[in-house]
Amino acid sequence: MLTKRVIPCLDIRDGRVVKGVRFQGLRDAGDPVECAARYEAQGADELVILDVSATPEGRANAAETVAAVRAVLGIPLTVGGGVRAVADAARLLDAGADKVSVNTAAVDRPELIGELAGRFGVQCTVVAIDAARRELARAPGDRGWEVVTRSGTDRTGIDAVGWAERCVSLGAGEILLTSWDRDGTRSGYDTDLLRSVCGGVGVPVIASGGADSVAHMVEALDAGSEAVLAASIFHDAHTTVDDVKRGLAQAGARVRIAS
Amino acid sequence: MNAAVVRTGTANLASVLAALRRVGVDPVETQDAGAVRDAPLVVLPGVGSFGAAMETLSAHAGLGEALASRARSGRALLAICLGFQVLFESSEESPGVRGLGVLPGSVRRFAGAPGLRVPQMGWNTIEPAAACRSLAGGEVYFANSYRVGEGEWAAPAGWAPAWCAHGDRFVAGVEGAEGRVVACQFHPELSGALGASLLARWVAANREATCSPSA
Repeated sequence: MLTKRVIPCLDIRDGRVVKGVRFQGLRDAGDPVECAARYEAQGADELVILDVSATPEGRANAAETVAAVRAVLGIPLTVGGGVRAVADAARLLDAGADKVSVNTAAVDRPELIGELAGRFGVQCTVVAIDAARRELARAPGDRGWEVVTRSGTDRTGIDAVGWAERCVSLGAGEILLTSWDRDGTRSGYDTDLLRSVCGGVGVPVIASGGADSVAHMVEALDAGSEAVLAASIFHDAHTTVDDVKRGLAQAGARVRIAS
Repeated sequence: MNAAVVRTGTANLASVLAALRRVGVDPVETQDAGAVRDAPLVVLPGVGSFGAAMETLSAHAGLGEALASRARSGRALLAICLGFQVLFESSEESPGVRGLGVLPGSVRRFAGAPGLRVPQMGWNTIEPAAACRSLAGGEVYFANSYRVGEGEWAAPAGWAPAWCAHGDRFVAGVEGAEGRVVACQFHPELSGALGASLLARWVAANREATCSPSA
């Protein structure tokens, strides 16, 4: 039986780990290679690297950082940020990514998902969805959240749950689902959002945005997610991956405890 | 030791190269049948589709046969994920495409079951048969939608399997020639300390074979 995964996320800008609140107000949180090695040693099940500056500033992706992290990292690495074409993904895989995550570019041009899955396999194709709760449903079939892109600056009006389902039909092998409202706030994952998306797709869903405690992670796993992603709580050394996993195990979740 | 790593075009090659370097192996990428015949160690990684992988192997004269020959004769080979799958006869993923046929049987999609998410993505526990030398029990990392199911398969003579379950039981890996040939559905290069120890045992099994006077 698969264990539930705990996945630290490194937001990277100019070769440094950064963290903000709702994608803004970024502050320095360390060296990516040191962070990656530390998290693997603590028992992280995977690592995600997101080049957070790539989309707004049109920057080239962080292949150099990926290569440096890969040299020391013995667990899976998903990389996203600025992937707009198969060639971008190929460059990240060559640098050392195992999976590639697309976000804004897939909303702009959904065929990209099928192109990536066709070339690299669905196992390699992660679609990251940033979803914001909306006050009023705007269209029939709307399930309460809309997709936001360009690091939260663009509210697309697209129903997030429907978009997740479409991504899977196009070839996504995993959904990285971030609650825009909760990101960096430490107020807990948006479990209603998770429940809606997990109920709609058959691929694994990674819960992201808002984690501050083991209790929050238990809620996300109970809502159907296969993995929980967190950044702030690990970067600030309030807790370690190992502590979190022992807490999850005590709460009855099946997790891998590194010996 | 040098390892010829077959460039299948779609694999997470950099992760495999990095993991080999960490256990003291010097990897060289190749698509050349001669290099695959002669190298002390050969690795066949694979991410992508069965059909695409077989197309790459077929596009380079003698490459598929060189790999199959190494596996049959028990000479240092490590096949990973899709590299494991192409050793079988066929796959439901790419109907009509013939695999290398070193191992009997066919690769099929995970059977659907309530709550079972496909792809299988994450860490799962493998149970190696007592005869395994390189494969060891513990949690390793998988990323696959297709597998060789237990009900459809028995290890041929000279091969020892490791088992795992995602919904139903499937072949997590198989090894032959006293651990010198290892084929695994999971990713040792992504399986942390346990994966690194498997790579080290595989290298050691082959180093002993190379250095022993009887070999």
